Amino acid sequence: MGLDPVLLAQLTLNGIATGAIYGLVALGLVLTYKATEVLNFAQGDLLVAGAFIGWALIALGGVPYPLAAVITVVAVGALACGLEAGVVRRIAGQPQFSGVMLTIALAFMLRGLISMVFGPDSRSLPTPFTGQTVWLGPVAISAPSLVVIVVAGFVTLLAFGLLRATTLGVAIQAASQNQLAAYLSGIPVKRLNSFVWAGAGAVAGLCGLLLAPMTLVDLSLWTVLLKALAAMVLGGFGSIPGALVGGLLIGLIEQFSGVFMPDGIKDIVAYIVLIGVLMLRPHGLFGEAHGRRV
Amino acid sequence: MRFRYHTRYSDARKLLPWTEGRVAYLLLVLALIAAPFVLQRFWVGELSYIFILAIASLGLMILKGYTGQVSLGPAAFVAIGAYAHALMLDAGVPFAVSLCLTLIISGAAGLMIGLPAIRVSGLSLAMMTLAFAVIVEHVLGRWKTLTGGFSGLPVETPVLFGFRLGTPTAFYFLCLAILIITLLGLVNLMRGPKGRAFVAVRDSEAAAWGLGIDVARTRVEAFVLSSAILGLSGALMAHHVQHLTPEGFGLLLSLELVLMVVIGGLGSLRGALLGAVLIGFLPRLISMAKPLLPAQVSAQFGLEIFAYGLVLAVFVLFEPRGLEGRWQKTKAFLTSFPVYRRDTFRRQKTYMRSERLK
Repeated sequence: MGLDPVLLAQLTLNGIATGAIYGLVALGLVLTYKATEVLNFAQGDLLVAGAFIGWALIALGGVPYPLAAVITVVAVGALACGLEAGVVRRIAGQPQFSGVMLTIALAFMLRGLISMVFGPDSRSLPTPFTGQTVWLGPVAISAPSLVVIVVAGFVTLLAFGLLRATTLGVAIQAASQNQLAAYLSGIPVKRLNSFVWAGAGAVAGLCGLLLAPMTLVDLSLWTVLLKALAAMVLGGFGSIPGALVGGLLIGLIEQFSGVFMPDGIKDIVAYIVLIGVLMLRPHGLFGEAHGRRV
Repeated sequence: MRFRYHTRYSDARKLLPWTEGRVAYLLLVLALIAAPFVLQRFWVGELSYIFILAIASLGLMILKGYTGQVSLGPAAFVAIGAYAHALMLDAGVPFAVSLCLTLIISGAAGLMIGLPAIRVSGLSLAMMTLAFAVIVEHVLGRWKTLTGGFSGLPVETPVLFGFRLGTPTAFYFLCLAILIITLLGLVNLMRGPKGRAFVAVRDSEAAAWGLGIDVARTRVEAFVLSSAILGLSGALMAHHVQHLTPEGFGLLLSLELVLMVVIGGLGSLRGALLGAVLIGFLPRLISMAKPLLPAQVSAQFGLEIFAYGLVLAVFVLFEPRGLEGRWQKTKAFLTSFPVYRRDTFRRQKTYMRSERLK
């Protein structure tokens, strides 16, 4: 197969668009993991909640898209904040596996509730940019994908700015390194944890709104969590830039393997990469090796 | 509370030290033998299914509960066992031989994922097994020439020593026998040096090293043993469903199995059985409870998954030691009635504790 530059550019662009979603979901995972040492398996269902709330507001309520987006992000953020403050906080100090099980339980309950409220049908989310295509020279990109790339870049910059340049961000970093030391320095660790969960939830809600126009508003959207986990592992557990780069890499690998690899590899290549990375480089591309305390 | 007071070495090795325990288990076995002659056909099938789940749950308990290796993809090994068994029966391998080969094949699959998993533990291992389960499900769906893809693979009726085990009652006894053999084997393993090594690796790898246990080897052995048992349950599952499709071995089955060991109580074989019974009956309980609920709720599709989540959340939050822990507490309360102290079961030391502030 000859290498067509237009095809390569097209694949790269598509890969960046899907990878940006993976990266954003992974960003939410890393934030909560660093703050509370809980790997949030409910992130995927928070995303589904975002997609469904957005759909209800736009299709049923007739709310204009930008306003609906803001309401959705705030609502899902508040939901995540409530989950942390009401449920997840209770298991602080227990083995990590408890956190995994608890968030899986929360994910099941969320999924059950969403399907009880909205029914099992899938729907399409109408947006002002659905079905439009933007041409960048010879390369076409669908408008929803372009929005994803732009928004993902914006959210990343926002997160970086927040964590690096504000007192709040520095407090979050301190608490994620050593909660006791942070607490003794006067940082309200509990409130901060809830805030981080709210932020991660808001990102999940945003991802739901971004992902739904590309596919459908459906319960199975949560499976994007699995790809995000692969991205998180590839970037190194608990590294924020790593999660984003991992997401982009997974997106690119998927797109390219869809064309250059045998049929069917595209669906599982993310997981093969995950296993390979864990085998060869357990700390990922950006992760730092930690010794374990005995 | 009663304390074991040994006067002979053989006392310390007894499986059932008290007479009540021996009588209770004998009655349980007798009841289970009598059950298919009393119950309706439907319930006989349900019970067989629960026995199969219990075998799988025992297999996962060895890995998660005793060796402390988190696996979120046990359904992969169940699937490998089920498909290997069905394909071998198809090729004309006798039932008993095929069952033994299934153990070896799924054990080898466990070796395949257990060896690379030496380097990771905790959450990374959880993700690795999860990824493996997703890959296996996809491969089963895609490899149409071997597995029949999503249209499925029919399974032949088991024939053992010339007897066709097609009826629900015969299949019930087959499952019961295999469950009892597995359980006895594991109970004996866990009180031997290998079982102690598993527990040592779970509680502290460093201490296990110090005591001369080859940690990496022990972890791989636990992986192989657990996946062999999971594969065995898969072989029986193949006969139970009679038509294999990849969706039957998806993430939901994996999570159900993990739920069983967590709800049952990690680190206890009885817990694995109790968890399997609870999770196996949960769909039935929900469908029985449906008439009691308002019509709008009971007609919903998401009710079942919501109930799974609720049960799991309640156990993680309020009874982290699961049904087995609840059972121990109830028993202690009843036997030491006026002087029961809750602190008896307070853990003095928790392992794998996070260094975070509460």
